[in-house]
Amino acid sequence: MNRHLISAGDLSLADALLILDTADELASMAERPVKKLPTLRGRTVVNLFYEDSTRTRISFEAAAKRLSADVINFSAKGSSVAKGESLKDTALTLEAMGADAVVIRHGASGAPHRLAGWVQGSVVNAGDGAHEHPTQALLDAFTMRRRLGRLDGLRVTIVGDVLHSRVARSNVLLLSTLGAEVTLVAPPTLLPVAVGGWPCSVGYDLDAALPKADVVMMLRVQQERMNAAYFPTVREYSRRYGLDAARMALLPEHAIVMHPGPMNRGVEIAAEVADSVRSTIVEQVANGVSVRMAVLYLLLSGPAQQGGQR
Amino acid sequence: MAHAADEAGRDQRPGGSPARMVLEPAEIRRALTRIAHEILERTSGAGDVVLLGIPTRGVPLAHRLAERLEQVEGHPVPAGSLDITMYRDDLRLRPARALGHTEVPTAGIDDKIVVLVDDVLYSGRTVRAALDALGDIGRPRAVQLAVLIDRGHRELPIRPDYVGKNLPTSQREIVRVLLTEVDGEDAVLLGTRQEGS
Repeated sequence: MNRHLISAGDLSLADALLILDTADELASMAERPVKKLPTLRGRTVVNLFYEDSTRTRISFEAAAKRLSADVINFSAKGSSVAKGESLKDTALTLEAMGADAVVIRHGASGAPHRLAGWVQGSVVNAGDGAHEHPTQALLDAFTMRRRLGRLDGLRVTIVGDVLHSRVARSNVLLLSTLGAEVTLVAPPTLLPVAVGGWPCSVGYDLDAALPKADVVMMLRVQQERMNAAYFPTVREYSRRYGLDAARMALLPEHAIVMHPGPMNRGVEIAAEVADSVRSTIVEQVANGVSVRMAVLYLLLSGPAQQGGQR
Repeated sequence: MAHAADEAGRDQRPGGSPARMVLEPAEIRRALTRIAHEILERTSGAGDVVLLGIPTRGVPLAHRLAERLEQVEGHPVPAGSLDITMYRDDLRLRPARALGHTEVPTAGIDDKIVVLVDDVLYSGRTVRAALDALGDIGRPRAVQLAVLIDRGHRELPIRPDYVGKNLPTSQREIVRVLLTEVDGEDAVLLGTRQEGS
């Protein structure tokens, strides 16, 4: 495995399966009376969050703590960043504190990649701009494998705001490595220009895609990233691309519904769908901790890293 | 004693080094049967015994012992597996490894007599890690240790309660235990460490 986890595309099939298998074993630990392993004792994990996040930060924090690592939370609000400190200076501060791993979320695509060149520890991308969110893709793949038993040949339909979604990009890259067939369904305005080069197919009609899907993943409409109008009204978007009970009935019997959260109930997903037995949304959160434990374990055990680059 | 199987000859294993067979399938079978009887004796019928094998090859050994205990006593003896990877003391020295499977019998281990089962006892560090792992799962009444081969060279104050065969070795030698469930055949081989491995 690489020393950093920046992009889901960097993972080979063997790496991805190793992470999922490790997470499988770690998930069984969640049922034990003592939910803690001594594995990363004495290691320090810094959560460096430049964007608001609840579930990802808490998930990484829980994962690191269950492995006995020391966790330092650093959010940009109310910190030296608010006083104008640059990413590099912040990175050097963390370096001086002896961080073995930095988990970074940043509004700018590529920030984790830059950071990896400045610090000696491992860098884990917890979401950068509209670029990638590899651990989310790993936990989605993990959830699919647990529910449906396999990934190879699985038909996954990802629906909605692909343009602003780092989750979609990471999922497309990871799932294609794992042998799943991914279809993106979105209004043309919410697809990236270069989507033709992605290892997936593209459609515009949700009703046509649903009967063939083993997995439907609904993406959040990221209104905070929409400066211009990408669709006429929320109501029209919801009518054409929202998943309601009637649309859910089009899915095959075994199909599952996923959402990376946070949900806009009534926009991309109806409340009755989100709360149905097919929905894995709560499961995804629990699985997130196991998958992030696996990532931290695989990146951080082994000899301490010397030197900034490799 | 270690020379008993010399007539088995030297054979070239995929591992590369010429290996000498020190236990044949029948001898492994007899050793396990004897250990099973010793467990019954020491635990007065194995009523509270839980066998936990350490992956990889301790697990099939634990299940084989459980079978024998059941044959003799007539009641099933729970057997499972205990992965110790996350508790190892050399995690910082080697690249990350894949985890083995942990499966604790449903009745748990609280107030039970846990018999840890492994193929080879060497430095004792694996057993130390296993004791830590057990502590996170429950509180057994007692913990005992059964190994197929004790090859000496302990680095920690740990001793086995049940031994299939004491095998004096030098640290340059490697002991390989092959089991049908994992390797397709039963054998214990003694070879010499290859240069660079």
